Amino acid sequence: MKAYIKAISYYLPPTALSNKELCEVFPNLTEADIYKKTGIKKRHITTEGIVGSDLGFFAAEKLFEEHTVDRKTIDYIIFCTEGLDYKGPVTACILQDRLQLNTNCGAIDLPYGCTGFTYCISIAKALIESGQATNVLALTSDIPSTVIHPEDADLRMLFGDAGAATLITATENETIAIGSFSVGTDGSGAENLMVKGSGTRGPVDQEWLDKYDNVGGLKYGRMQMNALEIFNFALRIVPPLIESILAKNKLEKSEINLFVFHQANAFLLSVLRRKLKIEEDRFFIYMEEVGNTVSASIPIALAEAIKCGKAKKGDKVLIAAFGIGYSWSGTVITI
Amino acid sequence: MDIHEFTKQIEAEFEEVEPGTITPTTNYREIKSWSSMYALIVIAFVDANFDVQLSADDLRNSQTIQDIYNIVMAKKTN
Repeated sequence: MKAYIKAISYYLPPTALSNKELCEVFPNLTEADIYKKTGIKKRHITTEGIVGSDLGFFAAEKLFEEHTVDRKTIDYIIFCTEGLDYKGPVTACILQDRLQLNTNCGAIDLPYGCTGFTYCISIAKALIESGQATNVLALTSDIPSTVIHPEDADLRMLFGDAGAATLITATENETIAIGSFSVGTDGSGAENLMVKGSGTRGPVDQEWLDKYDNVGGLKYGRMQMNALEIFNFALRIVPPLIESILAKNKLEKSEINLFVFHQANAFLLSVLRRKLKIEEDRFFIYMEEVGNTVSASIPIALAEAIKCGKAKKGDKVLIAAFGIGYSWSGTVITI
Repeated sequence: MDIHEFTKQIEAEFEEVEPGTITPTTNYREIKSWSSMYALIVIAFVDANFDVQLSADDLRNSQTIQDIYNIVMAKKTN
């Protein structure tokens, strides 16, 4: 038995933050500067009380409706986010009930970030190919805005909140199967992109709350990013990642119809594209309207590529993710 | 690539900068339109042309275009 990606839907919170609004907060910035630096015009921001699992829930409901999926056929749910509801129980358990999935459904959380989507697909493929599941619902949903200090202009211009739902299903048709994965980890870069005060090591205490009292306390933690090091990491790791994905799938670069990377930053993506010598029309960027939506970025880009006809049925699409950890992974999928 | 060509090409990468305003001794942080974006442009330029990675420390420890060029050359030799 093989696994393939059957359907993708996504949900954006209704409130958006435009470049114009950011410039009002940061008078030293211009709309053109922000766009040049990030390739983003607006990013959606969640509202108080609407967390990652809510966005994932809305995305799943959209998936069931848009693609006429019978929720009772789902036998495994993976919820991927860096903003879990609780330390216990697993948020995927709460989502099983909320989405009215069968109780014979497996449920796991995957607290990942930028590489969350490719990891979800990798795990779903393993579950299906080992006979443990038939229809895996992967929800990749993140709310980075809740861990960004309001004065961190670079982070506010980059990140947006979103939830995506992807259905991975068993098939006997090998031509549409999800390909082999290449993965990698280098935890020595952990400090360069980290949400401080978000877990059991160095948790938020009274001193922290007092320090950030004027911005609501930053009670879920504070994202800190060394942009130069992350940029260097991506330049260093992505070219060999792509070579490795192609080699594992016995494909040449010319046989890939479309490349869809984690939508980290449009400037970085275009530097990577040139470095990899991939033509512009085979490289998809979808950031203008949504920003960097962390684990939701690849499925959103895939959904948009399919919607606009850039990715057509039967196309081979190389997906590659890289970021927090450091971590990286990718594969080739067939639309 | 000598220092003059290096300076010229870096200048061309900085779209907002008038041609001829940057010299090897220019303290790049004092360029009028300097922003953190320029650091990424410099890193990308050096990566593409020399296959050398400039770290955040390399940039922190340099002031002028000549300083960056020297770091690139030293890394290229090693």
